[in-house]
Amino acid sequence: MKKWLQPGLWIPLLLVAAFAAYPAITGSASARETMFTMIMSIGLASSLNILLGYTGYVSFGHIVFFGLGGYLGFWAIDELGWHLAPAVLLGGVTAGLLALLLGLAILRLRGAYFALATIGVNEAMKSLVMNLPFLGAATGMELNFSVYKSYGGPATALWMVYWSLAAIVLIITVVSYAVKKSKFGLGLMAIREDEDAAGIMGVVSSRAKTWAYVLSAVFPGMIGVLFFFKNGIIEPGSAFRLNLSIELLVMVMLGGAGTVLGPILGGAFYQRLRGLLLTSDLFKNIQLAVAGLLLLLIVLFIPSGAVGWLRERSDRLRRVLE
Amino acid sequence: MFESILPFLVDGLLIGIVYGLVAMGLTLIFGIMNVINLAHGPIIALGMFGVYLFFTYMGFNPYFGLILMAGVGLLFGILIYFVAVHRVLNGPHLAGLLATFAVNMMIIGIGTSIFSTSFRNVDYSLGSVDVVGVTVTGTRLAASFVAILVTALLYAFLYRSRLGKNIRAVANNRVSAELMGIPSTRVLAISFGIGTMLAMISGGLLATIQPFTILSGSVYELKSFVIVVLGGLGNPLGAMIGGIILGLIEGLVPVFMKTTWVPVLEFALFILILLVRPQGLFGAKQ
Repeated sequence: MKKWLQPGLWIPLLLVAAFAAYPAITGSASARETMFTMIMSIGLASSLNILLGYTGYVSFGHIVFFGLGGYLGFWAIDELGWHLAPAVLLGGVTAGLLALLLGLAILRLRGAYFALATIGVNEAMKSLVMNLPFLGAATGMELNFSVYKSYGGPATALWMVYWSLAAIVLIITVVSYAVKKSKFGLGLMAIREDEDAAGIMGVVSSRAKTWAYVLSAVFPGMIGVLFFFKNGIIEPGSAFRLNLSIELLVMVMLGGAGTVLGPILGGAFYQRLRGLLLTSDLFKNIQLAVAGLLLLLIVLFIPSGAVGWLRERSDRLRRVLE
Repeated sequence: MFESILPFLVDGLLIGIVYGLVAMGLTLIFGIMNVINLAHGPIIALGMFGVYLFFTYMGFNPYFGLILMAGVGLLFGILIYFVAVHRVLNGPHLAGLLATFAVNMMIIGIGTSIFSTSFRNVDYSLGSVDVVGVTVTGTRLAASFVAILVTALLYAFLYRSRLGKNIRAVANNRVSAELMGIPSTRVLAISFGIGTMLAMISGGLLATIQPFTILSGSVYELKSFVIVVLGGLGNPLGAMIGGIILGLIEGLVPVFMKTTWVPVLEFALFILILLVRPQGLFGAKQ
């Protein structure tokens, strides 16, 4: 029980809850849209962190789970007339199954080879979807506007999607903390430090890696369904966007890989910065270049990210921040 | 039957040779310093725009522009090495990937604000030539000829010159090379420059045969990943053969099924090779 009351858990939870509550206080739709993007990034980055930060495997094409889950959920809502809730579960299960199958195969690869393989998986899935007529092929699918009626109109539906997203991201935060504090998580971190040594110490690395991969895939699959249901439209280019995948890596690195709080701070900061750059006259044309410069400075000078840096500086902070 | 697929075969072979050169810079850099250069695509795009700008605004012949861009590529690569790569060389894999991706973002960010993302083309023709009964445009033939020439020069450089031998020594074992008195930092910087130069030349060649935007490089970067894995990461000659295989797939597959299936096959093959034979069809770095 005691480990559940640590500041390492409630600081990240409070932070996510505060982000989520912000648009409800103002009640404005535009604030909700801004925070949707931010909280979604936090959720995706925290999921990726389970594989990247704890296990040390660089997944460059993590967005494939977001895209595939989104597609399947969207298809269930559009074609089969499912309610959003089971569709979200379907998205999560599909993404998890894909990760399980892939995990058994490509997690044997290490380092650069694994990173390349994940890019290949994303591109293969994207071009496959483009050839599947039942998923709308290259043009994608569009939700009939009447779908939103059964949720009490579009306005209510959008708020419902928002709260569902916030709930999922809170769950991800708890899972991320629980994994880090568990024996399973210790196994993952042992793999990160030295996979061969971990194997000798009794960590069944193939099994542990696969479950970490599945866990980091399920939530992006669920978030994908919510995102594309909100947009009402899905197409291969937006579902399997490799750049978003790499932006997630940037967020995790900014905040600190392998920490619970890091991806939350990193996701929030990155999206906030992006919003500021996009709306400023001076930087709006070169926002990508400024973000690149920032990334380079972080990688070169603060490789452990904001939270990692703080933890290295002070003993007290190390006890509080996870 | 053979008569009917011959044009596709020739087309595929010619573009495949150019693809080989497209991937060569990536595989060379990986072979020497174990860094996957994620700025590869934007550098290819810069090569395209360099040749385009020289041709359109200064009236330079594209093949002369190519030589100028080779020089620019070498210097630009050395600059990237010292700014972004040198410090992360001994760090974890992720650091190298992210540092070069940061360079990618900067090039694309500045590039799109200057050039927008509209299509350009180098309006230059060499007429058309008859190759074994198939008509191909002169620029295509010239592009594959230049690609073969550059590959031959690269090998002559790596195996015959002193600096080339130093590069191979550093690739083989950096610490021993240093003990033998080879200035490894300088050698690595020049290697990165040569990899960048190859990418720029290949971009320039692509610009002479098809329209492009500042974002076109990412398409070729993805193709390069497939090619280098086919040919073995770190093996330049393997990249040439991988490029030809990819070119032939792109040439021949549309004869039998819809063109949209080509990328599915390419990336499925890519994953399959990684799983079954991660050292590539022809062995990894030597």
